[in-house]
Amino acid sequence: MYGNAYIETDGSKVHSILADEDPIKLAEFEARIAAGDKIEPKDWMPKEYRKQLVRMIEQHAHSEIIGSLPEGTWITRAPGFRRKLALMAKVQDEVGHAQLLYSAAETLGKSREDMVNDLINGKSKYSNVFNYPAPTWADSAVIAWLIDAGAIVNQLANSKGSYGPYCRALDRICAEESFHLKYGHDNVVFLATGTPVQRQMVQEALNRWWEPIMHFFGPPDKASQHSEILMRWKVKMGSNDSMRQTFLNMYVPKIWDLGLTLPDPNLRKNEESGQWEYTEPNWDTFKQVINGNGPCNKERLAVRRMAEEKGRWVRKALLSKSDAYVTPLA
Amino acid sequence: MEFTERHVEGLKELLYKMADDLLIIGHRNSEWTGLGPMLEEDIAFSSMAQDKIGQSLALFELLHELGESDPDTVAFTRNAPQFHCSQLVELPIGEYDFSMVRHFFFDHAEAIRFEMLSETVFEPLAMVAKKFKGEIKYHTMHADIFMQKLAAGGEESFGRMQQAINENFGLALGMFEPGDFEAELIEAGIFGGEAELQQRWLDKVVPLLTSYGYMVPSVDAVEPAFGGRKGVHTPNLQPLLDEMTEVFSIDPGADW
Repeated sequence: MYGNAYIETDGSKVHSILADEDPIKLAEFEARIAAGDKIEPKDWMPKEYRKQLVRMIEQHAHSEIIGSLPEGTWITRAPGFRRKLALMAKVQDEVGHAQLLYSAAETLGKSREDMVNDLINGKSKYSNVFNYPAPTWADSAVIAWLIDAGAIVNQLANSKGSYGPYCRALDRICAEESFHLKYGHDNVVFLATGTPVQRQMVQEALNRWWEPIMHFFGPPDKASQHSEILMRWKVKMGSNDSMRQTFLNMYVPKIWDLGLTLPDPNLRKNEESGQWEYTEPNWDTFKQVINGNGPCNKERLAVRRMAEEKGRWVRKALLSKSDAYVTPLA
Repeated sequence: MEFTERHVEGLKELLYKMADDLLIIGHRNSEWTGLGPMLEEDIAFSSMAQDKIGQSLALFELLHELGESDPDTVAFTRNAPQFHCSQLVELPIGEYDFSMVRHFFFDHAEAIRFEMLSETVFEPLAMVAKKFKGEIKYHTMHADIFMQKLAAGGEESFGRMQQAINENFGLALGMFEPGDFEAELIEAGIFGGEAELQQRWLDKVVPLLTSYGYMVPSVDAVEPAFGGRKGVHTPNLQPLLDEMTEVFSIDPGADW
């Protein structure tokens, strides 16, 4: 599950970045992308393209493994065989997505080990949404439905991007995520139409998750030369605001249909513009959480670090002296 | 032959202990999700856990057909003294060495158990046993590869694995604690019995471990950890059950 990439929108360096590139190769590269071609690992690409893709795919991969933690804690508590089996399979899929995505990022020249080290050292980010706790079963249901839904909005757009290995990984990921969404929706429906206790549980979870969900798509768009280039290169496929609008349009009516409410009195669709109006979530909170001060940042990284540390001897034992590192090709 | 009441009691006892073993080991294996030494092992343990929980469900369904409560009620409302799992499966996942050795010991026993049960005269059990065999084949393959690789993976790795084998051999033998109906089950052709299973298991795991370079404790020198089949458990089981039933018990009558 992943929202939008935290791509730098500082436009001041754009000219110097492109100044280093061969203008003829750059023009050919841009013409291929404009024609809808996919860029493959061995193809020529601008340094900035490679850098931003590694960053984006890596953040996506990290989000999948960190995202398995808040949901994973509910596997051992899932009520009944049906939910237990489904949640196990769902979280396993998320870990599998990380595996696919690390491989896709590796095609650009950064090893999985380096990426994981950057994650646990705090150098590399993951989706902010996983820095919030999931204190009840209903939180896990809301995550599986609405965070996965948000992720699909983003990932479907990105699967039309320009980098072949990432697009192919996303095609498969989206197919699996659509099952997660069905699982999450089914789960929320059972709670929303269940006993008063179940209903209250899911309403409270929804209230808790609304701001993180609004944050999920990233801060409001600011035009900059840099993001224009990334859009032209089909690295960034949609603006944060347009993704947020797509999500609101698809899911707010479904939430209201279940008789659930959302904690924003200003949330409504403007029938004239076709756009949803809402109260801006607190973006200072968002920045605080990204910078490590969210409710679970420390815990999430500590768990990941512990897992890496505890597993070190196993990885060391499995390393063969005769095998050399090979970059995956696709 | 016609099943007497004691045959049916014996069959239920057999089904309960297998279903409980599978539920609890599946639950434990699922705890590796997100925490494995590498992503591929998170995924492998989760796959095996899903198979185990699915197998457990199939056995609880057979019990339901024999007049017991529905699977969710049976699995999610009993306390530790009503559980018939072996003590081996209830221990926390601990370090990867322990989890791997447990996986190796348990899955070889399961593979042989369901091989034996694929010939049982109780046809519904024979059918599920045949299905399970196909799944467990991959579990033992996974365990064998890792037991071998970790034996050859240097001093620390070998030392950890050998120690886990030594410390858990008695717990593994606890899986073969005889039930109250061994004679009836053998006589009726329902199951060949725990003693035969243990012997076949030893014939399988001892040569394998030896071929990987491990020392295997002598059966006579180790006290088997009996008790689990009779509801006597380590202090680890009840907290596991409290956690497993935490949501279900908010309202056991609700649809979740």
